[in-house]
Amino acid sequence: MIGSRNSERIATAIFYLIALLVSVLLAALIGYILYQGLPVINWHFLTAAPLPYQAGGGIGPEIFNSLMLLVLTMALTVPLGLGVGIYLSEYAREGRITRAIRICIESLASMPSIVIGIFGLMLFVVIFKWGFSVISGVMALTALNLPVMTRLAEDAIKNVSPDLREASLALGATQWQTITDVVLVAAIPGLVTGIILSAGRVFGEAAALLYTAGTTTSALNFTDLNPLSNNSPFYLLRPAETLAVHIWQVNSEGLNPDATQIANGASAVLVIMVLIFNLVSRWAGNWLFSKKTGQ
Amino acid sequence: MINVELSNKIGKYTTFFCAILIITITMAIILVIAYKGLAIFTRDGVSLRNFFLTTKFNPDATPPEMGAATFIAGSVAVSLLALLFSAPFGIGLAIFMAEISRGWERKIMQPVIELFVGIPSVVYGWIGISVLVPFIRNNIGGMGFSLLAGGIVLAIMILPTIASVSTDSLRANPADIREGSLALGVTRWQTILMVMVPAAMPGILTSIVLALARAFGEALAVQMVIGNAIRMPTSLLAPMNTMTSIITMDMSGTVMGAVDNDVLWTLAFILLLISVVFILIIRTINRGRTAMG
Repeated sequence: MIGSRNSERIATAIFYLIALLVSVLLAALIGYILYQGLPVINWHFLTAAPLPYQAGGGIGPEIFNSLMLLVLTMALTVPLGLGVGIYLSEYAREGRITRAIRICIESLASMPSIVIGIFGLMLFVVIFKWGFSVISGVMALTALNLPVMTRLAEDAIKNVSPDLREASLALGATQWQTITDVVLVAAIPGLVTGIILSAGRVFGEAAALLYTAGTTTSALNFTDLNPLSNNSPFYLLRPAETLAVHIWQVNSEGLNPDATQIANGASAVLVIMVLIFNLVSRWAGNWLFSKKTGQ
Repeated sequence: MINVELSNKIGKYTTFFCAILIITITMAIILVIAYKGLAIFTRDGVSLRNFFLTTKFNPDATPPEMGAATFIAGSVAVSLLALLFSAPFGIGLAIFMAEISRGWERKIMQPVIELFVGIPSVVYGWIGISVLVPFIRNNIGGMGFSLLAGGIVLAIMILPTIASVSTDSLRANPADIREGSLALGVTRWQTILMVMVPAAMPGILTSIVLALARAFGEALAVQMVIGNAIRMPTSLLAPMNTMTSIITMDMSGTVMGAVDNDVLWTLAFILLLISVVFILIIRTINRGRTAMG
């Protein structure tokens, strides 16, 4: 028995060691990025436009572009993903169409983002003649994010107790009233948590955007809010390099003498955003859940 | 009441429309990539044999040499290497999370996994360039930009996939089998190894296939550290190339419809087929199980 007890201890120690190693690795990665990047970050760096061929540029337009693409992508994928999720969890019967929908979602979810990116290049940039633009980027991100959102919506809705549904239907509510007024309301904590987490991933995506939103950004004039004028930040047909794409671009083209500083600073901003998205999703989920159960 | 009935119908058809839209998007992507990807065989007259089995890649030669074997072999090599590094840690972490950790330990690991997923791939690539590549160059050998660097960066990126899917699968095991085994006087470690892990095997295999799919499809992080040299992956320390990295590098420098552009679409089509094959493998592994989400 001594032998098996000892091997028990050793095995347990190994698993603790693995967990410790992985946690230390994460802490080291995040620590390194912040250590290298935080000294670079200041108000000028966060707001100024990048300068090609010379040092001292910032990442202002890139941060704005990342946020703009994120908001527009979420505005499209949240309702669409909810729609598919509701259809699959509330209406779909087992059959050929449902099976086709599921296979499509799984295939779309596993498609490499660079493949979705060059699909966007062909369809939106070339055939639709939208060029490297905000709208092309949003469309590519939507294709990328839609399966994630769908799965998330379906899971959150399926976790709602069937009792609630039946009680609502028994009171004479229609199926649609039950879905919008009872099921979706009960699913909100799960939905919000998932949506914010997936927003973090959309924010950091680069491969799908290289050939859709492009690797350059036009000069943004924040006093010009007319969405039809070329220098307006809200003009949808302007090229819109995002923060993540910028990190790749300064590395691969190497036209800036301070490329290392820019990449360090931009990486730190990205990682800080990811940390914020994670914390907020956790906090919002807990808050909504306690609010729901408190009532 | 008419309005209520009407909105009930509209609601149902709207959600059905969303579902049809997702089929349309998927089909559109497959059709566009397939159409562009087959051009190299149908229009440019490159033979399948030449494309898949030769390693000379020189689009400027006459006739152009279109051997894509280096890219395909490169993707396979770097993905398998990443899996080799990552699988033991990922599965070990899953066993820790599902079977061993209690209380605060469990509470810590979940956000750790989520943060690993959350770190953008360009940031992994950038850390690879600024830390890993110089480390390999100074301590192991070669230029640093290498198969090894790509494998390590990818291993970290696929770790959360293996860990989280395997954890879910282990946690889905019915508690009876653990209690039954422990009641027979079997130790916890033996129970985990002989009972819990085999019972969760379909889920663990699924996690590995999903991780491989992610490794094959990852573009920028790999491209940043792998060196982008067109050669077969014969050495861990030599620079090489993958399907995704050549697409990333060359798509902007080539003209749509030219033969050196067509080859990139063919590689994208192969990537697409690989991801569909992985999905089919996962469906086969999980046939008869309802656990797959």
